[in-house]
Amino acid sequence: MDLQEYFSLVFSDYTLRTITLGTAILGAVTGMLGSFAVLRKQSLLGDAISHAALPGIAIAFLITGAKDSNTLLLGALVSGLLGTFWIRGIITKTHLKSDTALGLILSLFFGFGMLLLTFIQKQPNANQAGLDKYLFGQAATLVESDVWLMAIVTGLCLFVLLLFWKEFKILLFDKDYAKTLGFNTKTIDILITSFIVLAIVLGLQTVGVVLMSAMLLAPAAAARQWTNSLSKMVFLAAVFGAFSGVFGTAISSSQNNLSTGPVIVLVASVFVIFSFIFSPSRGLLFRQIRFIANRRDLEQQKTLAFMYHIAETHDNISHPHTIKILNNFQGFTRKTLQKLVDKEYVVLDGTMWSLTQKGFDKASNLYNQQAKEDE
Amino acid sequence: MKQKIAVKVDDLTVAYNYKPVLWDIDLEIPEGVLMAIVGPNGAGKSTLIKAILGILKPIAGSVSIYEKPYEKQRSLVAYVPQKGSVDWDFPTTALDVVMMGTYGSLGWIKRPGQKEKKAALEALEKVGMLPFKSRQISQLSGGQQQRIFLARALVQDASIYFMDEPFQGVDATTEIAIINILKELRKAGKTVIVVHHDLQTVPEYFDWVTFLNVKKIATGPVKDIFNDDNLTKTYGINYKVSIQE
Ligand SMILES: Nc1ncnc2c1ncn2[C@@H]1O[C@H](COP(=O)(O)OP(=O)(O)OP(=O)(O)O)[C@@H](O)[C@H]1O
Ligand SMILES: [Mg+2]
Repeated sequence: MDLQEYFSLVFSDYTLRTITLGTAILGAVTGMLGSFAVLRKQSLLGDAISHAALPGIAIAFLITGAKDSNTLLLGALVSGLLGTFWIRGIITKTHLKSDTALGLILSLFFGFGMLLLTFIQKQPNANQAGLDKYLFGQAATLVESDVWLMAIVTGLCLFVLLLFWKEFKILLFDKDYAKTLGFNTKTIDILITSFIVLAIVLGLQTVGVVLMSAMLLAPAAAARQWTNSLSKMVFLAAVFGAFSGVFGTAISSSQNNLSTGPVIVLVASVFVIFSFIFSPSRGLLFRQIRFIANRRDLEQQKTLAFMYHIAETHDNISHPHTIKILNNFQGFTRKTLQKLVDKEYVVLDGTMWSLTQKGFDKASNLYNQQAKEDE
Repeated sequence: MKQKIAVKVDDLTVAYNYKPVLWDIDLEIPEGVLMAIVGPNGAGKSTLIKAILGILKPIAGSVSIYEKPYEKQRSLVAYVPQKGSVDWDFPTTALDVVMMGTYGSLGWIKRPGQKEKKAALEALEKVGMLPFKSRQISQLSGGQQQRIFLARALVQDASIYFMDEPFQGVDATTEIAIINILKELRKAGKTVIVVHHDLQTVPEYFDWVTFLNVKKIATGPVKDIFNDDNLTKTYGINYKVSIQE
């Protein structure tokens, strides 16, 4: 199947449609919530939560013996929340850095989860084969009810986000100030973190424990590059996330053997790289271009100013001077001279140059401006 | 004439980890003063304000605002945090930050409307930042950011203002503009408490002062207690400021 075929099939083929819808919704909700993690500089949070969910999956399986995804995800939710609140507890009680606490819980839970998985693998009943799909995810196992669950959680999340928008914003920007205004910042914080946990747990089946945090961070990091407004950032992150889901699914199902989760994450990373290079205000490319343009302008201005100094000493401002004088002046090049000629600030005649009236006015203006700024 | 007490702090002790950074502070701030809190770096000035405002939980002691517990009197109090306490690269505009000053009176869920926007614009005007209202906050200079924070507190329309180093990193013109706003607040009967580092300007700007270095060294009218003796006790070295009155 190639990409074209995929897009013609996506509306008619039930399985394909389910998977595409699922990954799109997942991308949207994680992108949305990821904005909050990115702005709070909690880049490890997603990793910690997804890794903390693993033992929950194993334990849920050990207790119920079921492979039904809802049961296992419930287990993941419980241990994910447990991990998250331990992290909070460690940070407030021990004054360890939040990175340290996140790392600690991450490795502790993940280690324990892996231990349980190996244990399950050694069990005689062959029922367990499916559990390791939660490590790297397997989008192909998504069914309609999974997608419904994702849609409901996303809708709920959107509702809460709109309802408490102002509270979320002030918590993100200035938590202490929010406290003095009488907001219970702990409640807002727990609300937001719980939704992040929920979204991550929902993504485990599709993207897996290991890569899940990229789904949280990548769309949001990309979105931040394009806007200076929080609402637009959240919206863009959702869009980028959804597109990553759709494109990722399209690419992986058109290349038979590629697993979907990693491809989705790769697509999301492409969004990030593209945004970091090409964003008009924050991107590397435009920053470089602006830098070069500024430097060129400055060189021209310096040369013009130097000429102005010389011309000033004569009654006739357009009195010709030899180009050699300029060689004593740093930053002078033939190219800048040519640029000044192009702008009609200067005329050349053999080895002589002279300022035009336009060039003289421009240069004296530069001086006035400078003097004003220095005041 | 007996002045009303706006802020009363009793036996306040605060510690991060185990080491107390504020010891047994008693403080009465009369209504309508413009008070400086002075002390060396790490003296606990920011901590004192944070503890009064309930941002930090003290180990011991209590705070009352007009004779009632602080929690009941929040709406009377506004706060200007130290500028470095937030990430200025946050995606929002100057106007939006100032609007946050209205969130407290709005309470949960309710969104700011035209009335709040008008109040925010007026506050921006007052601090001379109206032309920058749509500016992304990372593209403001340090002094402009400071004025945005001041405007946000002004919007709260409180009776008592706590400001943590509002003059940090501002030029002389802005400093004068800010102090004039503070003096106007005092004229309107408000109480203004300011963490201040420039000892030279204390007598000129303030009428009340508190010396702090882990313990409270002294508190009272500038003309009575702002002297070399208290400065030396607070800063540890032999201090000589020439005080012009
Ligand atoms: N979050 C924190 N955790 C641990 N110790 C802290 C914390 N914040 C402040 N301290 C310590 O508490 C003491 C008082 O700090 P505080 O910030 O109140 O001082 P300050 O008087 O405001 O100083 P500055 O003039 O530098 O602003 C200092 O010794 C500081 O190291
Ligand atoms: Mg301080």
